[in-house]
Amino acid sequence: MSALAALLTRDMRIGVRVGGGALMGVLFFLVVVSLVPFAVGPDLALLKRIGPAILWLAALLASLLALDRLFAADHEDGSLDLLLMSRTPLELVVAAKGLAHWLTTGLPLIIAAPLIGLMLNLDPPAEAALVLTLLAGTPALTFIGLIGAAISVALRRGGLLLAVLVLPLTVPVLIFGVAAANAAMSGPAPFGTPFTILCALTLASLVIGPFAAAAALRQEME
Amino acid sequence: MRLSAANLACHRGGRDVFTGLSFSVASGQALAITGRNGAGKSSLLRTVAGLVRIAAGEVELEGGDPELTIAEQAHYLGHLDALKPAMSVGENLRFWTAFLGGKSAEAAAALEAVGLEALADLPAAYLSAGQRRRLSIARLLSATRPVWLLDEPMSTLDATGQQRLAGFMRAHLAGGGLILAATHGALGIAPAQELRLGEPG
Repeated sequence: MSALAALLTRDMRIGVRVGGGALMGVLFFLVVVSLVPFAVGPDLALLKRIGPAILWLAALLASLLALDRLFAADHEDGSLDLLLMSRTPLELVVAAKGLAHWLTTGLPLIIAAPLIGLMLNLDPPAEAALVLTLLAGTPALTFIGLIGAAISVALRRGGLLLAVLVLPLTVPVLIFGVAAANAAMSGPAPFGTPFTILCALTLASLVIGPFAAAAALRQEME
Repeated sequence: MRLSAANLACHRGGRDVFTGLSFSVASGQALAITGRNGAGKSSLLRTVAGLVRIAAGEVELEGGDPELTIAEQAHYLGHLDALKPAMSVGENLRFWTAFLGGKSAEAAAALEAVGLEALADLPAAYLSAGQRRRLSIARLLSATRPVWLLDEPMSTLDATGQQRLAGFMRAHLAGGGLILAATHGALGIAPAQELRLGEPG
């Protein structure tokens, strides 16, 4: 267990330091969301209606930003060789790296979401629902992204391939995340139904992601 | 403990790197792997480390822990240093020590043994190539593994560094460990055997 704790601490430390990219994610999120009112215009009703979708899309793109470096950085400096040789199962190593990525990129987004929601004319109950859906859904984005990050590990500029691979897989998360947030704001469907499915998607990706990513990493070693 | 390979073959990028390779190394022995550039020295070490798929033949570690694979009982010192420039020298070593199951007190001792204790708080980005190599070597000392797979271990090290590494290797062999080292030049210790790759016949 202490091996995984050490890995988690290391990845979080690198993430928040210069060049780590963790804080870039939250800045990118803030910038993208702030651009929307300028593009759409000061139509408060419209902003309120599309607010959850914009926040979810921005969260999706922001969580992809640092993902391509997740394994590629370790591959380039030789750390991945040692991670593959370790006595800790690779699936757990991958899961620990995923958790570190979510804690440094996903969690700051969720904390920033209520602030930026004000720009989209969201009222407090809607913001609470939105934060709840992001909290339940963003781990799924990271853990689905793990698979793409593992597949594109050995490629230069693998970020583009990563986005093409991962974005289609995140469609269900996006649908149910936005549906739950909309349901809480305007009804008529209950909040619980899409939210439960969102939680199920996250739980499934928490299980499948590490196994698929570990298999892809093992496959990489020619 | 005995590490042996029988009829080992490695296939990379559509060509055979080596085929029909056999060797056997016992506890307390070092095997020097020599050969021209591209003969497959690094590939052999990576094959033993489980990082390259074995195309044919087998590698076996008799007398090791039956619960663990060879890779899990080996240290691999490759061309890449596995160091993070954003972390300090001490943080890098403490991470690998904890991750590989060593104790943090051993990390401090290992840092002193390689002569980097004064630089413990310096970001690893500022290290020279030789200092980076020394820091990687410290990892071998801070966590215990019976098998050492060393790829050109002496490269980039200065005379003092080479002497120190030779001392670490001697101590490792005296403690019952075994070493596979790919090398072009002197290894600083007297290897029990030499395996020449890329020679016809």
